Amino acid sequence: MMNGNAIQYKRRSQIGSVLYRLKKNKLAMFGLFLLIVMVLIAICADFIADYDEMAIGQNIQERLQRPSSEHWFGTDHFGRDIFARIVHGSRISLSLSIIAMLFAVAAGAIIGAIAGYYGGRTDDILMRFMDILLSIPPMLMSISIVAALGQSMVNLLIALGIAYVPVFARVIRSTILSIKGQEFIEAAKACGTSDARIIFKHIIPNAIGPIIVQATLAMGSVILIISSLSFMGLGVKPPAPEWGTMLYEGRDFLRQAPYLTLFPGAAITIAVVSLNLLGDGLRDALDPRLKD
Amino acid sequence: MGKYILRRLLMMFWVVLGISFIIFTIMNLTPGNPAQLILGQSATPEQIAKLEHELGLDSPFFVRYFNFIKDALKGDFGKSYQTRLPVVKEIIVRFPTTFKLSSISMLIAMTIGIPIGVISAIRQYSFVDAASMIAALLFASIPSFVLGLILMLVFSLNLKWFPATGISSWKSYVLPAITLSTFTMATLVRMTRSTMLEVLRQDFIRTSRAKGATEKSVILRHSLRNALLPIVTVIGVDFGYLLGGTVVIESVFAISGMGTLLINAIRMKDTPTVMATVIFVTLAYSFVNLLVDIAYAFIDPRIKSQYKG
Repeated sequence: MMNGNAIQYKRRSQIGSVLYRLKKNKLAMFGLFLLIVMVLIAICADFIADYDEMAIGQNIQERLQRPSSEHWFGTDHFGRDIFARIVHGSRISLSLSIIAMLFAVAAGAIIGAIAGYYGGRTDDILMRFMDILLSIPPMLMSISIVAALGQSMVNLLIALGIAYVPVFARVIRSTILSIKGQEFIEAAKACGTSDARIIFKHIIPNAIGPIIVQATLAMGSVILIISSLSFMGLGVKPPAPEWGTMLYEGRDFLRQAPYLTLFPGAAITIAVVSLNLLGDGLRDALDPRLKD
Repeated sequence: MGKYILRRLLMMFWVVLGISFIIFTIMNLTPGNPAQLILGQSATPEQIAKLEHELGLDSPFFVRYFNFIKDALKGDFGKSYQTRLPVVKEIIVRFPTTFKLSSISMLIAMTIGIPIGVISAIRQYSFVDAASMIAALLFASIPSFVLGLILMLVFSLNLKWFPATGISSWKSYVLPAITLSTFTMATLVRMTRSTMLEVLRQDFIRTSRAKGATEKSVILRHSLRNALLPIVTVIGVDFGYLLGGTVVIESVFAISGMGTLLINAIRMKDTPTVMATVIFVTLAYSFVNLLVDIAYAFIDPRIKSQYKG
């Protein structure tokens, strides 16, 4: 660890230049801004609207009211305030997609790292298995798993995690293949460093850039899949104010109360737009060659 | 080339075998007894045992899986637990609807997405470019069912131009196909634009301009042809998203295709139907990707020579 300082310094400067390029990208900063606002809303949800009273508390006298100064986004067929539900829904969407991503990244990193590092037959077996998982479209995969295991948040997370593991395994494997041949890995091996230490200390930190880009973009599609599953009645159960669940409940009132569909739909779109903008920006910042 | 296709078909066989095993395991290890679900809560244990025997549910797991594979290779995917009719019959009725829907969507996405991507690349930073990039971003981010519901609200419930649900005539395909196509269209616009920008900056484009080729020939013959490879890859991958997306769209527009069949079958623990549906969709997806890989050879002669090995 004698050269720890030198490595620290170099890495910081690398991150510094990436951040510099990211800051110059206005669209990416706009995405980051939207994302930060959303995270703040999710954190402060309890101060904005009371969960028990406004988000899931029923109030039949005020059912199906149009948007007004009292109910900004109107009320649904149980008289629940749509604005309060969307605010609290941000908690569910963000936390579920982050947990699913972390699981997929962790499992994908381990599988991809082992496949890429050892190569040969290990690589063949692991990647063929990943290919099999990849040859089912992710939406179909998550639907099958959730529906078979039963509708619950944990099963939803398992389904999403499994559907995205192969994506990360591939990204990480290909990054590792490009790192593996470099001299510092050879040097570490020559020093007698264990395989596990080389993978976790030397290889994965160097593969972190592509992982972050992929995770940001995949989080957008995970939010889409969560809401799609909820919309089909396979995701988060009512009365939880998940955005897709709100659309599932609101679609019967499409003609009389279109705002039950439009506002949660807009919330999902904004969340995904912000992640896509940030992900694209990060990709350009990490790989200057791709910038026009 | 023939050898390459043969190898890919063999690979596809293993993929399908693997998938069938995964789905079979999931369906069998999860709680819920199909016999109980078919007969309802009032059934006696004797009735359940009798039905289990009829359906072959009382044999061990691996025996059942082995029997399934043996019959499937002969084209017999078993009988649905619910209707007691051969599963293949149901799929033959429903598969064309789903396949038509995803193919029409892919055609819409390609005929609109690729030209817009080319135009954006040629006129980089123009108004057209900015507008199409923003539109592409929005279309890639809006959930398909939200877009579907909005289109349904405007064009069927208010304007009454198209039917809102079911499949009765060609008009029924319009809204679902447009809804489904937008995501792929958006990815195609972005992909076409970025690869075209890359190609347009290369030396051979300057050379072809210098030798006096018309602008049309520079764009279409020299640039687009070289940019096609990544575009075709996106088409192959996105076809899978389309097949998965139909499940959601079919439920929005109440279309009786593979998606609605699958959802219903999963709920009823109808293992034969679930297995056959997933295998069919995966096969369709694998075939499309095989076609994409073969298309590579025609687009790029350099790849053709690789396939010979």
